[in-house]
Amino acid sequence: MLGLIFPTEGEVSILDQPVFGFEGMGAPALHRVGALIEEPAFWTYLSGRRNLEYFTRAAGSRQERETRLGRIDEVLSTVGLQDAAGKRVKAYSQGMRQRLGIAQALLGRPDLLVLDEPTNGLDPQGMREIRLLLRRLADDGTTIFVSSHLLFEVEAMCDRVGVLAQGRLVADGPPGSLRAAADTFRVEVDDRARAAGLLSTMAGVTVSEDGETPGSIRVQVATPASSASINQALVSAGIAVSALVPERESLEDVFLSLVEGADAVR
Amino acid sequence: MFWVEVGKTTRRLRTWFFAAGLAALAVLPVVVLIRDHSPGGGPPFYQMIRHNGLFAALTAVALLQPFFLPLGAALLSGESIAGEASGGTLRYLLARPSGRRRLVAVKYGGVMAELAAALFWVMALGLIAGAAAFGLGSLPTLSGASISTGAGVLRVLGAALYVEAGIASVVAIGVFLSTLTDSGPGATVATVAIAIASQVLDGLNSFRVIHPYLPTHGWLAWADLFRSPVAWDAVTRGLVVDAAYTVIFLGAALVRFSRKDVAS
Repeated sequence: MLGLIFPTEGEVSILDQPVFGFEGMGAPALHRVGALIEEPAFWTYLSGRRNLEYFTRAAGSRQERETRLGRIDEVLSTVGLQDAAGKRVKAYSQGMRQRLGIAQALLGRPDLLVLDEPTNGLDPQGMREIRLLLRRLADDGTTIFVSSHLLFEVEAMCDRVGVLAQGRLVADGPPGSLRAAADTFRVEVDDRARAAGLLSTMAGVTVSEDGETPGSIRVQVATPASSASINQALVSAGIAVSALVPERESLEDVFLSLVEGADAVR
Repeated sequence: MFWVEVGKTTRRLRTWFFAAGLAALAVLPVVVLIRDHSPGGGPPFYQMIRHNGLFAALTAVALLQPFFLPLGAALLSGESIAGEASGGTLRYLLARPSGRRRLVAVKYGGVMAELAAALFWVMALGLIAGAAAFGLGSLPTLSGASISTGAGVLRVLGAALYVEAGIASVVAIGVFLSTLTDSGPGATVATVAIAIASQVLDGLNSFRVIHPYLPTHGWLAWADLFRSPVAWDAVTRGLVVDAAYTVIFLGAALVRFSRKDVAS
């Protein structure tokens, strides 16, 4: 999408402008794109600040360059690198390089951000910061395209999720649509036998027979029953309910089934 | 973007190590000559330093040209594109966006500027050392007649320009090879090999036929600038060959890089 690898056929356009065909001076659309491609990369013998400066000076009109140069301090503090900016990138940890890469993508106030594994190498606090940052940018109108293998992160952060398998889009929709709504619940009670007996009399409730764990029952719930109604029934009967947990397919299982489905089609 | 390239070079430690090495090379002939009382021998124009310190600049260039200059040119041009590729920065430069042809042109220009700076550095130090040790006076030329120091300086500059033109073909070859690979050292070695092979073939009589077409054949023709009157034939032929190689290989680099998938 960024003009690095030529398509064998078809066209690519970003922000309504073609990306290929500008091998002389570079595609104009790319001025409004910020990218993190696979891994951040820098001239390690230069400082973080100077790297940002040099990438900025590598292209663009004088005005654009001046604007971006003026934003360097701002983006450095956004990613938390303001103190380390003067050190050579050679001395940076992986997390710091990742942050610098994000800073570089943000420098031009892009309309489109293309980020490959943006939280790679970051500690949990850092991951959260980046997730919040991206959410904020998205709410302000930036379009953000994230590629990630961290399914929980994708689910937490994204408005829309696509799953690619063998080069085909096998799923595309809001994150909630990936998984079926929970219809299986695990109920933890103090009196399993009585609870199981009660639940099996309720309409729409099926008690699973598998894996009897003391104190825990798995039920499948369909209308007219609901998790609230079984909770109410149990409590009214004097059975203490200590947990009522929806059991959903793990995202991993969802993903694998989508991908293996695509494999099967081939 | 050109100044970015210059900036990057000046901020590398190795640039200053090279500069120190070149400085030593530049003043070495003068230092040796001060203590050397034997007549004859030595590199081109060495003996003439005694008459005019300006010749030390030429001797320094003559020492540089056969080996160190092609080596430096191969190093810088070989890593021009391939170095960015192996460091991972190439994709970010292109995505900035920096047009592919523009990048090749700027890299070529950057390497030529760095080599010109090296030549200037070497000549200036040689001149200073020579002038300090032996003074400046009128210049005796290879054909016997003398010319003024001012005219001499002009010819020295002309010689420097000719040497720079000579290395332009090696740089073009190096940049072209750099677009073919992700390995800077690989492109460098291949370029050095070509430069050395050219010099070796140029010295073998059985290959006389191809001599005029070898890139290094006319490299020493700048000595003709120090005849009175100046002998322009060899210099002109050399410039034509330089131009041909530069146009062909730089053109090839531009074309090749315009269509290359950049996955590194």
